[in-house]
Amino acid sequence: MQKRLANWGNYPAVASDEHAFTREDELRNYVVANTHMIARGNGRCYGDASLGKHSISMLKYDKMLSFDTGAGVMDVQAGVTLDQILDIIVPKGWFLPVTPGTKYITVGGAVASDVHGKNHHVDGAFSGHIIDMDVLTASGETICCSATQHHDLFWATCGGMGLTGVITRVKFGLKKISTAYIRQTQLKAKNLEEVIRLFDEYKHYTYSMAWIDCLQKGDSFGRSILIVGEHANPEELNAKQKEAPLTLPAKRKLTVPFNLPSFVLNTFTVKAFNWLYYGKNYKKVMQKVIPYEPFFYPLDAILQWNRGYGKAGFVQYQFVVSLEQKDGLIAILKKISEKGWGSFLAVLKVFGKQDSLISFPMEGYTLALDFPIRKGLFEFLDELDEIVLQYGGRLYLSKDARMKQEIFWNSYPNAGRFAEIVKQYNSDARFESLQSERLLLTK
Amino acid sequence: MPTLLILGAGSDMAVAIARKFASEKYDIQLAGRNTAALTPQQQDLQVRYNVNATTHLFDATDFSSHNAFYAGLPAVPDITICVFGYLGHQEKAQVNWQEAATIINSNYTGAVSILNVVAESYAARKQGTIIGISSVAGERGRQSNYMYGSAKAGFTAYLSGLRNRLFRSGVHVMSVQPGFVNTRMTSHLPLPPLLTAQPETVATAIFKAVKRKKNVLYVKWHWRYIMLIIKLIPEGIFKKLSL
Repeated sequence: MQKRLANWGNYPAVASDEHAFTREDELRNYVVANTHMIARGNGRCYGDASLGKHSISMLKYDKMLSFDTGAGVMDVQAGVTLDQILDIIVPKGWFLPVTPGTKYITVGGAVASDVHGKNHHVDGAFSGHIIDMDVLTASGETICCSATQHHDLFWATCGGMGLTGVITRVKFGLKKISTAYIRQTQLKAKNLEEVIRLFDEYKHYTYSMAWIDCLQKGDSFGRSILIVGEHANPEELNAKQKEAPLTLPAKRKLTVPFNLPSFVLNTFTVKAFNWLYYGKNYKKVMQKVIPYEPFFYPLDAILQWNRGYGKAGFVQYQFVVSLEQKDGLIAILKKISEKGWGSFLAVLKVFGKQDSLISFPMEGYTLALDFPIRKGLFEFLDELDEIVLQYGGRLYLSKDARMKQEIFWNSYPNAGRFAEIVKQYNSDARFESLQSERLLLTK
Repeated sequence: MPTLLILGAGSDMAVAIARKFASEKYDIQLAGRNTAALTPQQQDLQVRYNVNATTHLFDATDFSSHNAFYAGLPAVPDITICVFGYLGHQEKAQVNWQEAATIINSNYTGAVSILNVVAESYAARKQGTIIGISSVAGERGRQSNYMYGSAKAGFTAYLSGLRNRLFRSGVHVMSVQPGFVNTRMTSHLPLPPLLTAQPETVATAIFKAVKRKKNVLYVKWHWRYIMLIIKLIPEGIFKKLSL
């Protein structure tokens, strides 16, 4: 049955049929009998990477196979979402080695996007913590791969957007924690220069990212708040928190019940930022111990926040340029700021080194912000793409819904090698998404 | 810890029921035709809820095996829930006896065969709970699915009679009419969202209803009234409708 499917940005929306399975043999029978398929997790990537004519829904393939509480190793079917894993591992003193800004993604999605977190400069991306994983390829064969075993398949699958096959099982290492809390420090930076200096000064912190106010010009250009954090020790907790250091207090979730007019979210974020920045008791440096949820997943507290951008949807734009290309970062941010079409807030993060075939992260600055869909937007983003390319940067495929193919091929240095490996395991382009068609990766 | 036996443990609804009861600290016995396929589910229950979960070979249509199957369980289950069923293809079943027989045996005869065994055991112990997942399709035969519907009608009548008989023995029998449920069995059907339950909702409703010793559970309350109206339509009119 055809359904209307869209990912988190509500753009694009396509008619697709969804095929769910709970056993590997069901999946295999489907894969060998079909073409134009792409695996889809919880639909939290922003663009069209997991949209195709036939989508393979991973959500019912969600069994946790083992959890070694001594060594901190989790082995799961790929449709398990990170929030379910956190519920099991945090009370036992373990945490995800890497987590993006939402916990409502599947493990398979985390691998296919090779997600990064606020600790990229210290712990790298998700792929660095995988012990081994199974990929069901176009021939119907399930191949167990790792950094040492079938490594070509492994590296083309990490960040490979599902084009090598269906990731069915992932075994990965966890991070030891002694509390479910984070010792957070927020620092005000009056402009871009200062926040970049602060990133460097605070680089020994495990977690760091900054919110940038995109509307400021002149001396305040790039005014921002840097947020850094560490997992808190038991002695840093208050008396109430100490009673159950690994358990979070229960709290209610809000939801956005329907699509709002698109100015609402911007108004909301402007107010929230200003409240943080100008708040009465807000000092230049502010420290507190908070539960891990608001630290890692501030937007998850508002379910369906994407509806805040209205019915037309939005795209998220995320690029990275190397540390030497700070001018590129400034040039692009200036252009965005002058146009005034983007969200009021952008997220800035400094990536550490990463060896990878096709993953997005590389050492440098990465900036992400939302653009509500409007007339002329894609032409504007095409102009931004050219600047990113000119400074040797690239765009995140998980957020992409519109990049031109030549931008992709010119910005990812290993694109050719990646396409060769995809061809090897997915020879008739059985696995194909709107994105892979657009970027000519499965032609 | 109390124990739940799930007959037909591989379905989406069964997965949700097992997780709900395991989260309430029940040990789980998973019974189905393909025990190897149940292993990930068994591991999942142990990892998530730290309960004992076991797998057992069970074929609803292999009637002669049912006594030995029940006797071979590692513990007598406190609650037995019969989840298996087969929607089948109505039009095929009209002309193909094999298909018709599979529908009848999977939804009715097989359930009667195994629940007879469980009922004797519970009656002798003077305790236990039997839950049968029937269907609103069994409340009135319609041209679009009367093979499935008539088998479920038989099952509903069986559960009601069993409830009546075992009441004096202190054994509780609950019939569940889930209505539409979003599962693989119905994934090809366009279901109305308001009347369609998620498997997790069904599981939670069943758990609560068992605790309250409900006799008949309609998971979405609308269904009780929808079926009431459907049952009230005079046969002379009903036979002309295309439902």
